[in-house]
Formats: sequence, C-alpha cells, structure tokens
Amino acid sequence: MIQLEGVTKHYPRSNRPSVEDVNVFIDKGEFVFFIGPTGAGKSTMIKLLLREEVPDKGKITVGDTDVTRLRRWKVPAYRRSIGCVFQDFRLLPNRTAAENVAFALEVIGKPRSVARRVVPEVLELVGLGGKEHRYPHELSGGEQQRVAVARAFVNRPLLLLADEPTGNLDPDTSIEIMRLLDRISRTGTTILMVTHDSNIVNQMRRRVIEIENGQIVRDQARGVYG
Amino acid sequence: MRAKYVMSEVFLGLWRNISMTIAMIITMAVSLTMLGAGLLLYNQVDVIERHYQTNLEVVVYLQQDIDQATTDQINAELKESDLVAEVQYESKEEAYERFQETFEDTPDLVKSVDAEALPPAFRVKMKDIADAPELQKQFEGREGVFQVTNQREILQQVFDILGGAQRLTLIIALVQGVAALMLVANTIQVAAYSRRREVAIMKLVGAPNWFVQAPFVLEAVFAGVIGSIFAFGTLIAAKFLVIDGQFADLFKLMPPITMQAILIQLPILVGVSAVISAITAWITLRFNIKV
Repeated sequence: MIQLEGVTKHYPRSNRPSVEDVNVFIDKGEFVFFIGPTGAGKSTMIKLLLREEVPDKGKITVGDTDVTRLRRWKVPAYRRSIGCVFQDFRLLPNRTAAENVAFALEVIGKPRSVARRVVPEVLELVGLGGKEHRYPHELSGGEQQRVAVARAFVNRPLLLLADEPTGNLDPDTSIEIMRLLDRISRTGTTILMVTHDSNIVNQMRRRVIEIENGQIVRDQARGVYG
Repeated sequence: MRAKYVMSEVFLGLWRNISMTIAMIITMAVSLTMLGAGLLLYNQVDVIERHYQTNLEVVVYLQQDIDQATTDQINAELKESDLVAEVQYESKEEAYERFQETFEDTPDLVKSVDAEALPPAFRVKMKDIADAPELQKQFEGREGVFQVTNQREILQQVFDILGGAQRLTLIIALVQGVAALMLVANTIQVAAYSRRREVAIMKLVGAPNWFVQAPFVLEAVFAGVIGSIFAFGTLIAAKFLVIDGQFADLFKLMPPITMQAILIQLPILVGVSAVISAITAWITLRFNIKV
C-alpha cells in the first residue's frame, strides 16, 4: 500500500525537521502510529505522503501511484484518495457540520444529489446524527474533530493521515475519536497517525514506528509508546 | 453548483476588500482610458493621412511680375514631368477669390489683404506625394518662381503634434497600467491570505487547481472589465463634451473622430484588461498558493 524507499528530505535554509533515508512498508488496512519527539520529522513524513513536499532522494509509492514522480496537475486527483485529519480540525467556521463535509464533495465536482445522500450517512457513522446543522462553534472539540473525520472519510479514501488528531482533546474524548478511527480502519482503510499520546498508543497496541532525527529507530508490531 | 460557489466567492472577495477593489478599478480605468485615447489618435493619424493623401498638392507660387512666356514654359515643364498627375493654373484673381472663401468668417482679415498681393500659382497634383521634395528641388529658385510649398510638410506638423499626444497617452497608459497591475497583485495576495483556510482545505481534499484559482482570477478579471467599461464611458463622454463640445472648432480642421471608432474600443479595452488582469492574478497565485 505505502512504500518509502530511501526517502530523504532536507531543508537547507530553514530548521524544519528533515527526514533521512527512511525505508518503510505499510500494508493495506494497517493502523500505524508515528511517534517521536517534536521536530523528529513525523509531520514532514505526512507532508511527503500528501505530496506537499517532494523528497530530495528516494521513492514514495502510495497504492499504484509513484508520488515522487507525480505531475503537478495530477496532485489534486491523487489527494482525493487520501483523507486528512489535523490537531486543529481545520473546519470552515461559516459552514455547518453537514456543509463542511459536503464542501469536500463540492470542490471535487460531485453533484449535489450525491452530497445529499452521502453526507448524512457519514455524519451518522461518526456519531453526529442530529447535529448536521450545527456550526463548528456550536460543537465541542470532540464533535468538531468528528466532523473533520467525516470530511476525511466521505470520499472513502484508501489512506487516512491523522496528524495528532487528539492533540487538542481531553483523554475521554480522545478515546472516542480513537474508537472512531478504529472503526474506519476496519473498513479496510489504511490509517497513519502521528501522536504524542502514550496512553492511546499503549491501549491500542498497533504497529508503532518511532522516529528520531529524521530516522526510524523502532518499528514494532503491536507496540507500546515506550 | 460549483459555478455558484465560485461566483459568490468572487463577490465576497471583492466586497471584503472594497477599498482596494475601488483603487484597482480606478487605476485600471485611467490606464485604459489613456490606452483608448492613444489608440484613437493612432487611428486618427491614419484617417487624416488617407483623407489628405488624394488632396495634397504642391503649390508653385509665381513671381508677381512674371510674363506670359515664362508662365507657359513652367506650365509645359510641369506637365511633362513624370512625377506630376495634374496641373492647374490659378491666376491672381482666382487666388484672391479662394482666399476670400477660406477666410469668409474673418472679414477683417480679408479686407486687410490687397487683391493684388496674392501671387498666381500652379497647383500641382502629384502622382505620389512622396516625390514632392524632388519636384520642389527642380522648381525652387527658378526664374519666375517665387516659392514652392509642399502641403505635406504643413500636415507633417499636425502629425507631429498628434504623434506626440499619442506617445504621451501611451506612456501614461503604461505607467498607470503598471500601477494597476501591482494593485491587482496586491489584491490577490490579500484575498489569498483572507481565504487561506478555504484554500488549504480545498487543496487537502483534492480540489483541482483551476477551481482553487478561479475565484481569485475572476476577481481580477471582474475589476478589469469594470475598469474598461468606465474607460469606455470616459471616451464617449470625451467625444461629446470635448471633441463635439468645447473644442468642436478645433476638431473641424480634421476629419472627425467617429462614434464607430470609439465603439470599437469597447471590445479592445475589455479584452486587453481582462486578459492582462487574469495573467497577473494567475502569476501572483503561483507564488502565493503552492500546490
């Protein structure tokens, strides 16, 4: 599903974290935690997978796509096969929960009839049935993150990238979000989650990849935060 | 659906940044008015040239006391010349009549000139007016010839003035145009910044590039089109108030700037401003919104 071969990315003119000769293979449907100290290069990995950045060296393959050789104009189509969730939710404040989810369909040209059918389904799936018409500021942090997950999942992506999705949430809410991600993972979606939350990692017991100074220092099936 | 979204974003963007939008439209309107005026002048020079091309003459003025034999000889030589198409003799009396006609609006001037003061002349139509200087050289200073004038030279001064005015308008158009485009670039940057959330999310979910960029490019195009319509209105107003109004007498000396010549400016100005605004916006976006 995802293959990184000798991936290297440096930022010579800034102190953004770099990535050094990373080799990883992640299978379809796997749930993988990326852990490591701040500035280790975890988010850089996410950026590389999203093709926001291009590696200096090495090859990244996601599904059948060679991301490193992807033409600029093909990037949007590639991103449609990836869902994304962030610590800060990234919802549009002037749109309701349903509209935020529909936005993802709208901007890629899906007809309105599709949105009318799919959006309530996916909001129901993330446990927001009945709150479709609330605005983000009328929702709790956990609920906002559920909207974000719904938006990421509405196109049924093959891969879901989550960059500290529980970073702004209290422990109980975090666990709810993790249950949700777990459910999504069971549908066959590969999930790659960056986190600092040791409790979650220890409870979930999934594959753990630890990164330090841009290099993989541990890759363990059913691992703990350590 | 998407078109509706794009249009609402365009107007929201322009409205949110209304002072900049107005500044952009004003500078564009000024620049395009100047461009339009420059193009009209260019056109006008052409019209005048064509208008006079067939009517331009070389006038060979003769001495007051010339005798008939010399007159006939000059006449014969002019008619023999390969450069000449037509020769017409104008006696003193005819010259005075013509003078009276030309200046009938200023009887004082007519009165002050003695009928005897005007010289007889040959009015020569050239095959090609460009050859006039050669003919001038041949007859200037000859016995019986007082002076040879080439009307083209007089007209040349008019052309020089029009040419100068045209250059001036085009320079102003260029300078204002640069200012307008910088405002476009700035407006686009501000718009891109105020919509960075939407843009980030759109890119994240894989909205095509054209769709992300469309609202910004259309904002610039919209401002450009409004600016060009104002410029067009200014040209129309100038036609009625200046050319046909206050300075109507001045403009009587040359063929009029027709309404048609002004109307044709509308598509030109709209097209030029829309295309240049769109290109400027698009280039600005390449630096501000990275894929």
